Amino acid sequence: MSSLNISSRENQELFPGKPTRSLGENNSTIERSHRYGTIFKWVAVGAASIAVAVLAVLLFDIFTDGAGRVNWEFFQNYPSRHPEGAGIKSALYGSIWVIVFTVIISLPLGIGAAFYLEEFAPKNRLTEIININIANLAAVPSIVYGILGLALFVRAFSLGRSVLAGAFTMGLLILPIIIIASREAIRGVPSSVREASMGLGATKWQTVRHHVFPQAFPGILTGTILALSRAVGETAPLIMIGALTFVPFVPGNIESLSDVLSDPLALITFAPFDGFTVLPIQIFNWVSRPEAAFHVAAAAAIVVLLAILLSMNALAIFLRYRFEKKGPQNR
Amino acid sequence: MSSTQKYRGFRLPRKQYITERIIRGLLFGSGILSIFVTISIVVILVLESSKFFGYEDVSLIKFLTDTQWTPLFADKHFGIMPLLVGTLMVAFIALLVALPLGLLSAIYLSEYAKRNVRSFLKPLLEILAGIPTVVYGYFALVTVTPFLQKLIPGLGVFNALSAGMVMGIMILPMVSSLSEDAIRVVPQSLRNASTALGATKFETTTKVVVPASLSGIVSAFILAASRAIGETMIVAIAAGMNPTLTFSPFNSVETMTAYIVQVSLGDTPVGTLEYQSLFAVGMALFVMTLFFNLISHLVVKRYREVYQ
Repeated sequence: MSSLNISSRENQELFPGKPTRSLGENNSTIERSHRYGTIFKWVAVGAASIAVAVLAVLLFDIFTDGAGRVNWEFFQNYPSRHPEGAGIKSALYGSIWVIVFTVIISLPLGIGAAFYLEEFAPKNRLTEIININIANLAAVPSIVYGILGLALFVRAFSLGRSVLAGAFTMGLLILPIIIIASREAIRGVPSSVREASMGLGATKWQTVRHHVFPQAFPGILTGTILALSRAVGETAPLIMIGALTFVPFVPGNIESLSDVLSDPLALITFAPFDGFTVLPIQIFNWVSRPEAAFHVAAAAAIVVLLAILLSMNALAIFLRYRFEKKGPQNR
Repeated sequence: MSSTQKYRGFRLPRKQYITERIIRGLLFGSGILSIFVTISIVVILVLESSKFFGYEDVSLIKFLTDTQWTPLFADKHFGIMPLLVGTLMVAFIALLVALPLGLLSAIYLSEYAKRNVRSFLKPLLEILAGIPTVVYGYFALVTVTPFLQKLIPGLGVFNALSAGMVMGIMILPMVSSLSEDAIRVVPQSLRNASTALGATKFETTTKVVVPASLSGIVSAFILAASRAIGETMIVAIAAGMNPTLTFSPFNSVETMTAYIVQVSLGDTPVGTLEYQSLFAVGMALFVMTLFFNLISHLVVKRYREVYQ
């Protein structure tokens, strides 16, 4: 081996002027491949860091553009034709309304479907079709869900361009994501838990309700939060079903807790059927205008949106971390 | 003795039996819902586009072959070609950015990166994946385009290049995370065997690990292409709304998704020809992405290497 380790430079010194051959050629091949290896490694490092660099530039840019514009009035003002006074009140309230209803709609359905597929479904053709179908739905472009929402909820169910139509559309959009994440969590529960429960005479549903569900819950929660953060940032489907033109009111005119207390029925009878806008649509509206002052407002709204999303992500990562710490068998 | 009933081989008291059946039915209902969603998507697209093709100036052949898309003009042409070329061009630029960077990042993360670097980089990529596309649109229009304009004089405010590059960054996390999953399942024994035969780490990576995980990587690429075709907000903001047939990335183009947004933003009355054209374009988009998704699914299923 040691004779093989002569580098080509040593070879050159031993036999000056002679081209390196046989053994030497072998050496240079090894050397070259090591050199390629090093180059390749650094190219790979570079590729990975480009992503990080772009993220840094993006965040830096948006914060320098918009952070100064984020103040109390920005949250309190309605959108306006004058960029300086424009705020995100209606968009923020609209986002909250849509997300709350999206959770109410998609969470039970998503978790239910996940439990059916993991715990109850027989292994047959129908189950396989559902499986493939869910994978496909997860990859359908979000704007197609917008078309679905427009034709189904806005027109066929005549919900109009309302909070509820938006929430149904968003609910269907994130349903596959919730199902996939929840199944992942349910699969993580060891089968010994189920066997022990069933062995004691519990029925399938009792087993699921008292043992599998509590153990899978943190994982389901994590996945759901991530799915919801997708819904918070989603724009295209809501543009299709919601009104983009400026919205100078909040759904149901419910602005504070006292409004809720004075007229609690408005929460379910009026607000869900009201028109709305959401943060991403407000951002799109401002970005699409030529005036630079509106771009500043857009950047400020993006700062707010990213703050919401990053805290949701942080919460999910925190929950996952706690979940993983609990027990290795849960992976 | 209260009456009992058989349920999945067990005798249960009547009340419990009913609970079990009801719960099972409800859960089955939520499971089957996804199929209804798919069916309604298909039914809506087919019904509404058939109305579109029912108009006398419109035909499927013209739709596929005409090189002009001018639905909002007086002289109406409905040739999807300009939208299709715009869509494919932006997606192609995005893939040019995302595929090499994504694959190399995946290789770096799984083969080279130390544990702590990896645990730092992965969440960062996840953040990149979690950024809303409207934010990427802002980034493309306000940051990337002015930067590119310094390098390329005469570049318009709206162009395919900027939108495509930013879209590439957007789909990069998807490419890298799916590729990494594929690379990760290649068993260590293959790497060890390759090293034992005298291969360097570079040779092992490029000649053993990557080929072994190729089906997963290719499927990740196809899914990324599908995502790029269906992406909406970046192109609606940064690529422009100019449906001309062009192959130059420096021009303003309109993609299929951007057209759909344009129509739904405008005051196009329900039931008009312009309004129905939205569903025809949506149908074309759905069929294309479905095709890509199925191919990706088949590639994994057909060519997956099964390791023990």
